[in-house]
Amino acid sequence: MTVARQRVERPARENPFSRAATAFVGSLVEAWSELRVHRTRVLLSLIGVGVAVTALTVVVAGGAIATQVSTEQSERYGGRPAMVALNAYDPESGQQAPTEAMTAAVRDVTERYEIGYTSRNGYGELSAQLPDGVSLLSVNLVDRAYGTMHRVPLEAGAWFSVYDENRFAPAVIISEDLWNRLGRADLRTHPTVTLLGDGGPTTAVVIAVTASPPETMGQDTGVMLLVDDYELLASETQRANVYYNYEAWLPPEIAADLMPLLQRDIAGALGEGYMVDAYRTDYLGYGGEDPLLFLKLAVAGVAILVLLLGALGLVNIALVTVRHRIREIGIRRSFGATAGRVFFAVMMESVVATVFAGLVGVLIAVLVVRNPITTAWIDQYVEDVPAFPLDAALIGLGAATAVGALAGVLPALVAVRVKVIDAIRY
Amino acid sequence: MAFLHLEGVAKSVELPDGERLDILKGVDLTVEVGEHVSVVGRSGSGKSTLLNILGLIDAPTSGRLEFDGIPLERLGNADRDRRRGRDVGFIFQQFNLLARRSALENVMTPLLYASGRQFWRRERLATEMLERVGLGGRLASTPDQLSGGEQQRVAIARALVRGPRLILADEPTGALDVETGASVMELLDSVAESTGAALITITHDPNVAALARRHYRLDRGVLAPVDVNRVLAIAESGVTL
Repeated sequence: MTVARQRVERPARENPFSRAATAFVGSLVEAWSELRVHRTRVLLSLIGVGVAVTALTVVVAGGAIATQVSTEQSERYGGRPAMVALNAYDPESGQQAPTEAMTAAVRDVTERYEIGYTSRNGYGELSAQLPDGVSLLSVNLVDRAYGTMHRVPLEAGAWFSVYDENRFAPAVIISEDLWNRLGRADLRTHPTVTLLGDGGPTTAVVIAVTASPPETMGQDTGVMLLVDDYELLASETQRANVYYNYEAWLPPEIAADLMPLLQRDIAGALGEGYMVDAYRTDYLGYGGEDPLLFLKLAVAGVAILVLLLGALGLVNIALVTVRHRIREIGIRRSFGATAGRVFFAVMMESVVATVFAGLVGVLIAVLVVRNPITTAWIDQYVEDVPAFPLDAALIGLGAATAVGALAGVLPALVAVRVKVIDAIRY
Repeated sequence: MAFLHLEGVAKSVELPDGERLDILKGVDLTVEVGEHVSVVGRSGSGKSTLLNILGLIDAPTSGRLEFDGIPLERLGNADRDRRRGRDVGFIFQQFNLLARRSALENVMTPLLYASGRQFWRRERLATEMLERVGLGGRLASTPDQLSGGEQQRVAIARALVRGPRLILADEPTGALDVETGASVMELLDSVAESTGAALITITHDPNVAALARRHYRLDRGVLAPVDVNRVLAIAESGVTL
């Protein structure tokens, strides 16, 4: 009783910081209490938001995966950014610079600038003794770095390694069609194919298999061979017929500055009479707008539409709900809840609920995108199956919070306009 | 020092047909901390309007009102709300408990708008207050699990939990039978007296009004003191105002 008597004394002035802190925590407590009491209604109203967030997150994550697919496909053809093609020719005759001289010049210059990834790329021909007879194979000639520079996808086996560069028996990567003709021998048994070169038959070890496009209908006879091995195997005529592209993979941020230096130094190394071209071949080097911009905009458009539909449903339910809570709001006002506090508490109910729905939605989205069935499907198209994009999760959660805040504003305004006197009699 | 001071307070509203309706006319009233004042009057006499003005829920159309020595016009809306939460405890005829919340949660509600120790220790304070009104064993009961008398005791605990300096009871026994009403009033009177808070009871029941130390009658918006003997006589006759 003594304590109670002390409380009727004039209260001490409240600390503004303490008041703000307790108001914030109090609003959260109120919001949680409201959600707990009306959990069935809240759950029903949040199904829409949860589904919207799931859809949004899946769409964003799907977009990221589609972007990855598109990026990888672009990189297979044009190389990874920043891929620079280097070519030297005589402007008068149009003749390409001699292979040996160009190879040496490119090697020297790229070593000088510490460029770790360079490759030649050309196409030649070789005959091979297959089980069903001799066939002429189209040979893609590359250096070891080419696989990384172009993300070459492999069906089986592994790309050329340093070890493969030093083999006595050349290593070869064959097409799936060719592999089928060889009886799909397990690569762990080191199957071989006999290449009929200038100096007689040479046994090449099959180290990997690339996918054959369906349209080849089993007739794809492509193989990949290291340039240096081809130079040893091919006849002089075959070698002379190969036109090599030289490629260097540069850091994108310094590519523009480095390209003129490479041109200048290669031209200098080749001597008078040669022009050196250096140009980007990767998808980011085309200039202008992002080639994936349309895809990204389409994904964002679908995501926003889905979210707006979820938000509309939530606003609708929240507005109906707040009209049923007028008396309760009046009671709270009579016990000291300020208009600002009521506004914040009603809005927080919406935010707390949607954040919760957002978490559930993101969780479902992760389960949808990362379950073994989906990842196995994605794996068919992408070399590097991306982890669940953190962006997608954050966008999903951020969107849920924003929708909660936006959807909470209207009912909060309605709640603030409640007249305490009328509300108590309600 | 007077906690509440009303001087010439009037309240009028404009009716839809443009006519003006005077609800309160020149009300003068001074209430000190620790006093128990009753206001009796028939339905429509302006009792609830007066209570709303005393509790800073409504504002007078004219006249002067000082709350804790501060003129009403010097208090902003948020400040009025905060002072109402801190200094005024309401008890309603229909209890106005929050449905589907336990007795403890109902009593904790006003403490959500407090700050400092009252806020952080709200569960303990609410439990203690419910124990004081004899409901220590019904903390988890929701309003629909409580009798009318128990609900009003929860409402009393809720009104008192922040230690208000003014308790405004609007027909506190109006929804209760005579016996339960008497016990509730006894409780309210004793708890108000023990906390030293001013208690203003607005009622049309002379038996309830008779428990106060000072008595007023509100008739057609005019507040006038009533002799306690007259109130007692009315109470004994069994008539309600």
